[in-house]
Amino acid sequence: MSDPITPVLTKRWLSPNSWRLSTYEQLEGYTAVRKALRGTPEQLVSLIKEAGLRGRGGAGFPAGVKWGFMPKDEEKPHYLVINADEGEPGTCKDIPLMMADPHSLIEGCIISAYAMRAHRCFIYVRGEVLHCMRRLSAAVSEAYEAGYLGSDILGSGFDLDITVHAGAGAYICGEETALLDSLEGRRGEPRLKPPFPAASGLYAQPTTVNNVETIATVPFIVNGGVDWFRAMGTEKSPGPKIYSISGHVEHPGQYEAPLGTTLRELLDLAGGMKDGIPLKFWTPGGSSTPLFTAEHLDVPLDFEGAAEAGSMLGTTALMIFNETVSVPWAVMKWTQFYRHESCGKCTPCREGTYWLAQILERMVDGRGTEEDIETLLDVCDNVLGRSFCALGDGAVSPITSGIQYFRSEFLELCRQNATSSAASSGGDAQSALVGAQS
Amino acid sequence: MTIAPEEQQTQVPEGHVKLTIDGQEVIAPEGELVIRTAERIGTVIPRFCDHPLLDPAGACRQCLVEVEVNGRAMPKPQASCTIAVADGMVVQTQKSSEVANKAQEGVMELLLINHPLDCPICDKGGECPLQNQAMAHGRATSRFVDTKRTFPKPLSISSQVLLDRERCVQCQRCTRFSEQIAGDPFIEMLERGPSQQVGTAETSDIVDSASHTSAGEPFQSYFSGNTIQICPVGALTSAEYRFRSRPFDLVSAPSVCEHCAAGCAQRTDFRRGKVMRRLAGEDPEVNEEWDCDKGRFAFRYAAARDRIRKPLVRDSGDGVLREASWTEALRVTSEALLGARAGAGVGVLSGGRLTVEDAYAYAKFARVALGTNDIDFRARAHSDEELEFLTGRVLGTSPGSAVSYADIEKAPAVLCVAFEPEEESPIVFLRLRKSARDRGTRVFHIGQWATPAVRKTFGELLTCAPGAEAAVLDGIAEHASDLDEALRTDGALVLVGERAAEVPGLFAAVDSLVRRTGARAAWVPRRAGERGSLDAGAAPTLLPGGIRYDDERARNELESLWGLEGGALPARRGRDTAGMLAAAARGELDALVVGGVDPDDLPDPEGALRALRAAGFVLSIEMRPSPVTELADVVLPIAPADEKSGSYLNWEGRSRGFEVTLAGTGALPDCRLLDTLAVEMDVDLFTQTPAAAAADLAKVCELRGSTATGQPVEAGSSARRELGTGQVWLATWRELIDNASLQVDEPYLAGTARRAVLRLSPATAQRFGIERGKPASVHTELGTLTLPAELTDMPDDVVWVPARSPVSVRSALGAGHGAAVGLAAASTEGDRG
Ligand SMILES: Cc1cc2nc3c(=O)[nH]c(=O)nc-3n(C[C@H](O)[C@H](O)[C@H](O)COP(=O)(O)O)c2cc1C
Ligand code: SF4
Ligand code: SF4
Ligand code: FES
Repeated sequence: MSDPITPVLTKRWLSPNSWRLSTYEQLEGYTAVRKALRGTPEQLVSLIKEAGLRGRGGAGFPAGVKWGFMPKDEEKPHYLVINADEGEPGTCKDIPLMMADPHSLIEGCIISAYAMRAHRCFIYVRGEVLHCMRRLSAAVSEAYEAGYLGSDILGSGFDLDITVHAGAGAYICGEETALLDSLEGRRGEPRLKPPFPAASGLYAQPTTVNNVETIATVPFIVNGGVDWFRAMGTEKSPGPKIYSISGHVEHPGQYEAPLGTTLRELLDLAGGMKDGIPLKFWTPGGSSTPLFTAEHLDVPLDFEGAAEAGSMLGTTALMIFNETVSVPWAVMKWTQFYRHESCGKCTPCREGTYWLAQILERMVDGRGTEEDIETLLDVCDNVLGRSFCALGDGAVSPITSGIQYFRSEFLELCRQNATSSAASSGGDAQSALVGAQS
Repeated sequence: MTIAPEEQQTQVPEGHVKLTIDGQEVIAPEGELVIRTAERIGTVIPRFCDHPLLDPAGACRQCLVEVEVNGRAMPKPQASCTIAVADGMVVQTQKSSEVANKAQEGVMELLLINHPLDCPICDKGGECPLQNQAMAHGRATSRFVDTKRTFPKPLSISSQVLLDRERCVQCQRCTRFSEQIAGDPFIEMLERGPSQQVGTAETSDIVDSASHTSAGEPFQSYFSGNTIQICPVGALTSAEYRFRSRPFDLVSAPSVCEHCAAGCAQRTDFRRGKVMRRLAGEDPEVNEEWDCDKGRFAFRYAAARDRIRKPLVRDSGDGVLREASWTEALRVTSEALLGARAGAGVGVLSGGRLTVEDAYAYAKFARVALGTNDIDFRARAHSDEELEFLTGRVLGTSPGSAVSYADIEKAPAVLCVAFEPEEESPIVFLRLRKSARDRGTRVFHIGQWATPAVRKTFGELLTCAPGAEAAVLDGIAEHASDLDEALRTDGALVLVGERAAEVPGLFAAVDSLVRRTGARAAWVPRRAGERGSLDAGAAPTLLPGGIRYDDERARNELESLWGLEGGALPARRGRDTAGMLAAAARGELDALVVGGVDPDDLPDPEGALRALRAAGFVLSIEMRPSPVTELADVVLPIAPADEKSGSYLNWEGRSRGFEVTLAGTGALPDCRLLDTLAVEMDVDLFTQTPAAAAADLAKVCELRGSTATGQPVEAGSSARRELGTGQVWLATWRELIDNASLQVDEPYLAGTARRAVLRLSPATAQRFGIERGKPASVHTELGTLTLPAELTDMPDDVVWVPARSPVSVRSALGAGHGAAVGLAAASTEGDRG
């Protein structure tokens, strides 16, 4: 494994005024686009395929393959949509990237749009991060002025317009088809697939949706080449990755490292556990990925490694929790998030999160029972793989993994309840009443 | 079904695939959804959001099954309502897969956690897909002990439709119907997650605080009742039916809608002799599974308190109508009609709402008992030109030989001429929208302004001044080459509405247009009985079976068939509605027999009343008091549609037969009444029952095989058209929901009518000093009609008003579509004429 601190995507982040076009140009900026525009779209698609770049938005779908789904002709307008909604709890990489180095995303957009024969690109930025919208919009203006955007870019004859669009403030709008609905001005709700976006996406035209980090990686591949890229990471998960580390560590933040780096290595970079309090549990890729524990410190954090260990790489959002944190409480908080963010379209997610959150709230409040644990697991089973989109799957991850590794904590809460309600004589009548009301 | 070995060898037909469902091999057309294929072999997969006529949503997740394609099991259970069959696919439903079964039970349990325990008081209880499927696929007890979601309820989202958000399973059927089928997206899913709810622009504010309201658009649709019917729970209910009965107390009878010529199949539910509700019936060829709100909700006229149930005879002493025995009433009538027959004669206005059987009885009664061709079913503006067109192009046609709903669905282009599909024939409108939405059919409208139907059929509008429609048609080749070309494509159609009779030369123009382009024409009348009356001979130039009054040979054949002496049938051309009324007013007719005719619909309501007053004797055959009964000498009550059997011919010429729904009420169908009256006059009609009348008519039709003649239509004469000073052209037509007599006693339905406005172009408004929203009035020497003005993109010097909302334009102004009328800003509200 190569040195964890080789910075690629983050290499300009600490330069003064790193977000300015002038800084970017001084540091190799807009060199890849010149190279790319001299080639053909097909060459670019195969370059990305060969490099093995996988989507950084969560699912890890090979970017080159996705691009290859776009029609080869230009009978209809093609669209490139950048997913900058960054809603997954714990994820904090796309916004820092756009704050620190917006031009790398813009350059990536130009190259990728060229590869997919798109002349319009939308960047859908999470609506809450106004400062990021401002910075990105300013960078887009700079790029227009410098002739990197607009018509006949750098004399290549290629035209591209970029629109920065403020998101609608919903986690579901990060799901790519809900994002397209939202971008069209509607209430974001995932669409039925097929048709896939490449056939009928934004305004029913061929569309590709990619994550910010995915696209920002493209210029580096164009400049560095396949071998350079594949020298980092693993065979199936090549390249560098921004890990966002938050929670009980000494120095939370974004750490770039090759895919396959372990938490143990990353913790070293982040200065270790805060105040030396031991690690209890963590998420490898946001709250939608099943929890890991201290046992998983050496799991290689790439798509395969995380999956083999029973979780998912997700967005490489590492939320680190030490021993002071109650697992049922944390799981309850996450479940409340999913209840709030479920779009409501499908029954399992809409009703499941509503029910699961209430059970967990009751448990944390000391009013749970042992059967509740079984009910939680069974309801999760009825949601997982039954919902319309992956939000429902993600919603049950913390619960099932939380109970898997920390069942005793849940049991303990219920036992406390059993003892205290046995002690108070009115306890039984109380719970009978609760039952009758429902 | 067992699979015999040779069956396994069966060839898979072109465009089909072979798959296995629960171990059984089945062949299915490509693209068919698994849920439907399973249903064909008898496996019903539970579902909520799925509806065969709506685009798939995959929202409820109730229909999950296990699927294997290309030998690989799909990792998650799949929604069978969104996944299409594939060759070699292996499907396991709840019948053979524990995973599918558990998934379905799980979804059902989740749907129920927030469902209120309303079943005992819910309209849907007893016919509720949620109840039924919960019994079949649910758990016996709920594990849910926490707090249910609650909402204030119910919310009225229109005067007719009430929404109970607690009961809603959020299947989006209602919203998808409104958006996709009706094109009225006034209800939508709002909010998200467990707070998601159906709502309108008005209810969305109620979410925040009940006191905060806004002036949003209510759920405004002529088709809103369908959402109630397809809602799989009792979340949508109708104000009309709410709490009126339980499904298990109702008796259901298939029926046919009597309101318009669309010919919808319906279901009428009744209890103890009283109709409680109507639902859309299923007929893929006609109304698919939809109907309009008028057809669904307007049925209480038959139970109106003032319904006439006994014969009435005008007392010779005090001149007041009094109840009389049938014997007396028939005797008085027969004497009077025999006298009139011997004198100046009798005219028959049979109205546009008769069944074929009843119309035939009228037609035969006029010829045989009254010895006249003076009979006309057209209780509205009409012309000789129209009758020629009907004789030449419409008579005797049927879906096989002429235009049908299926043809609309296949047509590359449809031109609507003097026809407002949404107002006049709502199911034709739905088909136009469907073909435009699904197949890109180009729909053209010739009219005065872009009505909602133009937008909802993705239509293109050619505007013209009212009365200038014929000139537009004649100019298509020259000025609209695009349309001309579209009409030349195979399958193109021209649909003509009743208003065409008000524009001289228009039927002739349609006739020559279709001759020139090869497009096919169809006539879409508004009323349910018009098409049948034409074929049954209730017209002045046509005897039953399409026999022309002046075809002596055919007449002789009919005489022998009817057992009459040679030459017994009248040979003189009959007078049309206007002709008869004029004659009666002049004393040239001694008696009038009037079926269900509302003088306000006639071209000259004042003149009609004068004629009724002048006629020596008036027989009114009616259900409820009307201006005609007021002037009648004898009123004979007849049965509404629910209380008789018979058939309508819809606009396609398709027979829509129906049986008696409410038996034993004693109310007589028109054919029976006329048969009895004829006997009193010593004549036999052989129309004692609708069945007998139908059999008799069938024999007549066999004589000649009633067919359209294909004769060219000659343009009727038109006076030179010019506007006087201060005048504009009047455009007007009927709206679906208005003050028509069959819509009485339906306040909730009436509340969903379009707001009555007077429309004019901004330039015209400016010229007359009329302001938007302020009252404006049109006037003739007869009277004035005042409505709030609405500025509309339309030709200048034209004003549009709805024909019968709130009052009859004909009776207020004595003028109709294409007339020159005065226009002015109205200073006061109360000067409506
Ligand atoms: C509920 C949900 C939320 C998501 N949110 C995001 C997001 O905020 N940003 C993102 O890039 N992808 C998000 N995704 C993943 C996208 O659907 C999509 O897979 C991704 O944008 C594709 O980009 P990539 O191929 O470059 O990874 C989300 C998916 C789901 C199901
Ligand atoms: S799983 Fe269902 S309810 Fe949840 S976000 Fe996806 S579609 Fe919406
Ligand atoms: S109101 Fe009825 S039809 Fe509409 S979403 Fe709710 S359950 Fe479905
Ligand atoms: S019926 Fe298939 S998802 Fe609703």
